[in-house]
Amino acid sequence: MNLTLKVWRQPDTNSEGNFETYKANDVSEDMSFLEMLDTVNENLIEDGVEPVAFDHDCREGICGMCSLFINGRPHGPLHGVTTCQLHMRSFKDGDEIVIEPWRANAFPVIKDLVVDRTSFERIQQAGAYISVNTGAAGDANQIPVPKNDADESFAAATCIGCGACVAACKNSSAMLFVGAKVSQFALLPQGQPEREKRVLAMVNQMDEEGFGACTNTGACSAECPKEIPLSVITRLNREYLRASLTSKD
Amino acid sequence: MSNFAKTFSSSLGKKLVMALTGIFLCTFLIVHLIGNLQLFKDDAGQAFNAYAYFMTHFTPIKVVSYLLYASIIIHALYALMITSANKKARPVAYAMQASNQNSAWTSRNMGILGTILFIFIVVHMGDFWWKYHNAELPYARYEISLDNPNDIQVSEVPYDANRLVHSEIVDPQAGKKIIISKDLYKVVQNAFQTWWYVLLYVIAMFALAFHLVHGFKSAFQTIGWNNNRYIPLVRFIGVWVFGLLIPIAFAAMPVYFFLFK
Repeated sequence: MNLTLKVWRQPDTNSEGNFETYKANDVSEDMSFLEMLDTVNENLIEDGVEPVAFDHDCREGICGMCSLFINGRPHGPLHGVTTCQLHMRSFKDGDEIVIEPWRANAFPVIKDLVVDRTSFERIQQAGAYISVNTGAAGDANQIPVPKNDADESFAAATCIGCGACVAACKNSSAMLFVGAKVSQFALLPQGQPEREKRVLAMVNQMDEEGFGACTNTGACSAECPKEIPLSVITRLNREYLRASLTSKD
Repeated sequence: MSNFAKTFSSSLGKKLVMALTGIFLCTFLIVHLIGNLQLFKDDAGQAFNAYAYFMTHFTPIKVVSYLLYASIIIHALYALMITSANKKARPVAYAMQASNQNSAWTSRNMGILGTILFIFIVVHMGDFWWKYHNAELPYARYEISLDNPNDIQVSEVPYDANRLVHSEIVDPQAGKKIIISKDLYKVVQNAFQTWWYVLLYVIAMFALAFHLVHGFKSAFQTIGWNNNRYIPLVRFIGVWVFGLLIPIAFAAMPVYFFLFK
């Protein structure tokens, strides 16, 4: 199939960006979206044009490195997949595809379609950890964990931190991400010692990074490649209110 | 900063203020609606005028009414603060955004709906609240037969600065109860004779419906009070009570006066 791509080009963070139009010809429907971009880049290199920069790593849908706002949606039109798992069979011959970077104050563009997501790292560093004693490992299953809690915690922990939630949100809010990270610990006994400190610190860092507030539109959860439920935001609200009322710090 | 101030200045805390004031405003709507149902009573406005007097002169209600005015202002101011911070969170807009694929229109347009409602509240209070408190309104004099409470004779009494807002005397010899009260009912009746004014009210009630379809359930989400047992109930109340029943009942009032009074 032959496609027309409108791709955001921006040389660096401080420069103005703009859209460039490229042709992608003879695209196989079995290609992944990133493979299609690879072939476009090969042609650009042959033509002496700077190739389009985009993030990627595992290309297996688990690392959270790929991004791309494709035709108005993070990770493209499919539900519950990352861009690397999106295949060209989701498009048809003659389509025009608009490709933009995640747009958020807290995710500044580094180059073209690559954005700086270290704001997520700083939120994680603020509180997404537990204290573990050194020495011999304890017996597995020594601490009882109710099955429902374990399941919910694990579901929250599947968040790969790709930032699609921020990209989809009209307010660039990071609450689905922070909610997932807070939930995975708050639900488990191992997460209890830092429970209050964690949520206060992570929300504080989230606000400092310049993410917006939540309007409960649900766009984040609808676009999340790992299908993190909106209920993690409810829990984040609950944990924050609880910590605000009970924290001894 | 104190813990308290820190909580309420955070993004989550500001939303909590929105949720709490929003739910309080929702509960007010129920009271306001039940009270206003007196408008449908066929008694030349006697019950409605008595209700208006009660709402403005009973001390506990007065206290709650100041809480209510404060809630409206805080809800609007916090909305402005949050919206301006949210706008700053995305300095460069997307060229293409398929928002209708992932979220409901109402949830994305709470600000527009809220602005319509705020303008409506100012107009609405200016027309009724302000006039009732400050305008030189005439009085309605009701002569009610003690034998048959449905036998009501009404006449107009001109404005008199020295007259009480509401007074009641029973005249057993004449077999009558005489009630004289400031005639807010007449103000309502006159206001809803203009078609475009009625339309304004109906449009505002559409805005109310869409605002609350999202707002009611969203408030529970923000408070963190939301589990599988309550979600269906909260959704049901949000859609059927606050999204349909209440706005329709309110919209029926101007339409009823325009068509029948």
